[in-house]
Amino acid sequence: MEEYTLLRQFADSWMLLALFAFFIGVVIWVFRPGSGKTYGDTANIPFRHQDKPATHKEARQ
Amino acid sequence: MSNYIKLIALGLIALFAAMGINYARDVAYMVHAVIVLLVSGGLFIWTLRNTGEPDILTDRSGEYMDDVVRYGVIATAFWGVVGFLAGTFIAFQLAFPELNFEWAQGYANFGRLRPLHTSAVIFAFGGNALIATSFYVVQRTSAARLWGGNLAWFVFWGYQLFIVLAATGYLLGGTQSKEYAEPEWYVDLWLTVVWVAYLAVFLGTIVKRKEPHIYVANWFYLSFIVTVAMLHVVNNMTIPVSIWGSKSVIVWSGVQDAMVQWWYGHNAVGFFLTAGFLGMMYYFIPKQAERPVFSYKLSIIHFWALIFIYIWAGPHHLHYTALPDWASTLGMVFSVVLWMPSWGGMINGLMTLSGAWDKLRTDPVIRMMVISVGFYGMSTFEGPMMSIRAVNSLSHYTDWTIGHVHSGALGWNGMITFGALYFLVPVLWKRDRLYSLKLVNYHFWLATIGIVLYAASMWVTGIMEGLMWREVDANGFLVNSFAETVAAKFPMYVVRALGGVMYLTGAIIMCYNLWMTVRKAPAKEASLSVAVPAE
Repeated sequence: MEEYTLLRQFADSWMLLALFAFFIGVVIWVFRPGSGKTYGDTANIPFRHQDKPATHKEARQ
Repeated sequence: MSNYIKLIALGLIALFAAMGINYARDVAYMVHAVIVLLVSGGLFIWTLRNTGEPDILTDRSGEYMDDVVRYGVIATAFWGVVGFLAGTFIAFQLAFPELNFEWAQGYANFGRLRPLHTSAVIFAFGGNALIATSFYVVQRTSAARLWGGNLAWFVFWGYQLFIVLAATGYLLGGTQSKEYAEPEWYVDLWLTVVWVAYLAVFLGTIVKRKEPHIYVANWFYLSFIVTVAMLHVVNNMTIPVSIWGSKSVIVWSGVQDAMVQWWYGHNAVGFFLTAGFLGMMYYFIPKQAERPVFSYKLSIIHFWALIFIYIWAGPHHLHYTALPDWASTLGMVFSVVLWMPSWGGMINGLMTLSGAWDKLRTDPVIRMMVISVGFYGMSTFEGPMMSIRAVNSLSHYTDWTIGHVHSGALGWNGMITFGALYFLVPVLWKRDRLYSLKLVNYHFWLATIGIVLYAASMWVTGIMEGLMWREVDANGFLVNSFAETVAAKFPMYVVRALGGVMYLTGAIIMCYNLWMTVRKAPAKEASLSVAVPAE
C-alpha cells in the first residue's frame, strides 16, 4: 500500500477514534465524583501568593 | 569563567556580522548585519567591563521576578502605539494613494508597510503582552519565582531584537512573502532560539511550582508556546540561497506549501491570538472581578475542545483552490464545530461577573475586559460563518475578511491587553490605583466606537465588492471592472481610517494614564473601593 493512503486511512480511522476517545475521557474525568471540591480550590489560586512566592512551610501538599 | 565563554561567543558573532556586512548580497542582509554587529559588539564591551568583578550573589527566591514584567508592560504599550500608527497610516494610504510618497517608493509604500503593521500589532504588541503577562501569571499561580535566572531577560531582549530585525527587513524587502511569517531564514532561526528559551523559563517555573495544581491560565499559555514553536519550525523550513544573503527557498512546493502556510496562519490566530489571550482572560478577569472563574470544569473542557479542534481549521483559507475538496471541507466543518468551545469560553469569561454585574458601572477596566470577551464571541461567530464554502465564495479576497480580523484583533486582543495593562501597572509599580478612571473611560469609548466604525465599514465595503465582482450581465460578461469596485470603496475607506484614528487616540490616552500612574501615585479621583455601588 502506498504510504500516503496508509497514513490517510490510519488518520481517519484509529487516530480519529483515539483523539475522540481521549476527549470524551477528559469530559468524564472532569465530572468525576469529588472533582468540584478540588476545582473550587484550584479556581482560587489567583487569590493566593499575590506579593511573594510561597515558602516551604506554606507550600501546599 | 562563564564570562569568558560569553566573550568568545560574542566576539565570534561580531566577527561573523562584520564579514556579513562585507559579503552581503542584499541591502536587508547588510543592514541586519550592522544591527547584529552593534548589538553583539555592545554586549561584548559590557561583558568585558563586568568580567573579573566580584560576583554578588543575593538570594532572591523569596520574591517574584517583576523587573522583566515591567519592561514587558512598557514594550507592549510602546509597540502597540507603533503598530496602531502604522495601521492608521496604511488605512489612509488606501483611501488616498498620494500618501505612497514618490520619494519613499520601495520603502514606505503600502506593500512594504502592511506586513510591518500586521507584525507590529500581532508579534510586537501581542507577543510582548503575552510574554509579560505569562511571566506575571505563571509566577503568581505557581507561587514560585521565574526559573532560569537571567534567561527571562534573554527572552525579553531577544524578542525585541527579533522585532527590530523583522520590521527593518520588511521595509528593505527582506521577506519570504508568507502571511504572518514574513521574516527570512536567519530571523526565523533567531526566533526559534528565543522561543525555546521562553518555553524553558515557563515550563521550568511550572515544574518548580508550590501549588499542587496547574491553574488553567497556564495550560492556555503553555499550549500557545508549544504550538507556536511547532508551527514556526514547520512553516519556515527553508534553505538559504547563500549564507551571506537573506533570500531562501522553502522546501514545500505547490499546494502543500499553501496548506502548510495556512495551517500555520490559522493556528497563529488560534494559538497566538486565542489560546494565549485566553490565558490572560482566565487570570485577569477573575482578578479584576475579585471572584473565581464561573466554572472551572467548563474551563478544562474549553481548553481541550479548543486545542483539539483549532488545529484542523486552517484549510478554510483555501476554498476553491488546488487543495482537494475533502481537505477544505474538513477545515470548514472543524471551523463550524469550533464555534462551540469558543462560546463556551466566552460564557465562562462573562459569567465570572455573575453576582458582580454592578462593577460594570463603576469599573471601566472590567468593562474593557467584558467588551473584549464580547468581541471574542462576535468574531468567533463570524469566523465559522465565513469559513462555510458558500459564504466564503462571497467574502474571500474582500474587505470583509479584514473587518473580521480587526473585530477580533482590536476588540478581543486589544481590549483584553488594555485591561491587563490597567490591572498590572498599579500592581507592578506599587501604586494604590490608576491615575485616572475618567481617562480609562475615554479610552474605552474611543476604542469601542473606533472598532464599530472599522468593522461596520468593512462589512459594507466587503459585501459590496464581493457582489460587484460576481455581477454578470445577461450575456455572462462581468458588469464591473476592478477599478470601479475600488472607486466605490472610497467612502468606507475613509470611515475605516477614522475608526483607526480613534483607536490610536485611545491607546495614546492609555499610555499617558499609565505614565501618570507611575509618576503621580495618589490620584485625584476616588478609588474603586469607595465608589457607589449600583442600586
